[in-house]
Amino acid sequence: MTEYLLLVVYAVLVNNILLAQFLGNCPFLGTSQKMSTATGMAMAVIFVLTFAGVITWAVQWYVLVPLELEYLQTIAFILVIAALVQLVEIVLQKTAPALYSALGIFLPLITTNCAVLGVAIINIKEDYDFANTVVFSFASAVGFGLALVLFAGLRERFALSRMPRALQGTVSGLITAGLMALAFQGFMKLGG
Amino acid sequence: MKTLTQEFTKGLWEQIPPFRLVLGLCPTLAVTKSLEGGWGMGLATTFVLVCSNLFISALRNVIPPKVRIATFIVIIATFVVITELVMKAYTPMLSETLGVFIPLIVVNCIILGRAEAFASKNGIGRSLLDGFGIGFGFTLALAVLGALRELLGTGKLTMFAQANLDLTIIPLGEGREFLFKFMVDPPGAFVCLGAMLLLMNLISERSARSKAA
Repeated sequence: MTEYLLLVVYAVLVNNILLAQFLGNCPFLGTSQKMSTATGMAMAVIFVLTFAGVITWAVQWYVLVPLELEYLQTIAFILVIAALVQLVEIVLQKTAPALYSALGIFLPLITTNCAVLGVAIINIKEDYDFANTVVFSFASAVGFGLALVLFAGLRERFALSRMPRALQGTVSGLITAGLMALAFQGFMKLGG
Repeated sequence: MKTLTQEFTKGLWEQIPPFRLVLGLCPTLAVTKSLEGGWGMGLATTFVLVCSNLFISALRNVIPPKVRIATFIVIIATFVVITELVMKAYTPMLSETLGVFIPLIVVNCIILGRAEAFASKNGIGRSLLDGFGIGFGFTLALAVLGALRELLGTGKLTMFAQANLDLTIIPLGEGREFLFKFMVDPPGAFVCLGAMLLLMNLISERSARSKAA
């Protein structure tokens, strides 16, 4: 149990996927202007990333390795993720229309979110077993959500403040993200 | 209609990624700890971008519009796998430095973005020039960012670790550590990219003002 708890702390705080590993930064800067969009994106990522982590793990160990096709990992994974996103979209639309209308517009964007493919590849690289894969994928996605929502909260404040034109938009966003990354770096001591 | 030269040079300033087109931020932030990581990533991306632009442009009348995104991704992924295997074989150290970000070229939005916005609508010649232009712009941006961070963070410049080509620009005394380590740490990446973008904004603002005057 402790092992999983440590993995969660490691993935959410110490080695945050956005601020320390730089995966998924396009949606991080792109969907953080408003709190509501940020929450929607965070939810959609948590949902898809956990699923994608599990399925790509199964594809790697039950399809690619037995057939000795490991070199096709990149192609196989991206196709699986693209198909999965489509499937999730269709299933949600039919079974949970309320959830679909909340997450709908974010789902197609997730195919090109490198956090999803990145975590899938890290799971294989680190040789995680099934339980570790589930925990790590979920915790990484939660870390993504946490950083995104905190960041959106900060940026909403910016909309009201006056700043030089050259600093507006992406520039102030990047510098804020840098300061946030600095704060998260403080958690490194937790990992020893 | 742009001239062919303009098609190439627009990638170097007017639309230079990741500054003007704020796309492809993940590799930009992650691999620019050193000059080598910067140009290595830039060239790998350029190769994939040029090849995928070429193929997508050549096949643009054959690909059914409804499944075009999926088709683009398969084409891009093919070239990424080629790059991945070639780099693993011939430049193992560079491939180690870039790590997970080589397979992640697949989801670099610059490439899919150019495929969708340019290559699927234009002829082969123009698409090739567009690919080279945007690719070199990206390489240039990454190399400058990488050089800046490495120089300020460690005092060295790594050209190509495999051939032992590094320069010590700011020499350090025996057993002393460089103090501005912030630059090579993750927060430095965000701040440094932000500062570069700010500088570009200021330059274009000034040139726009002098044009208006």
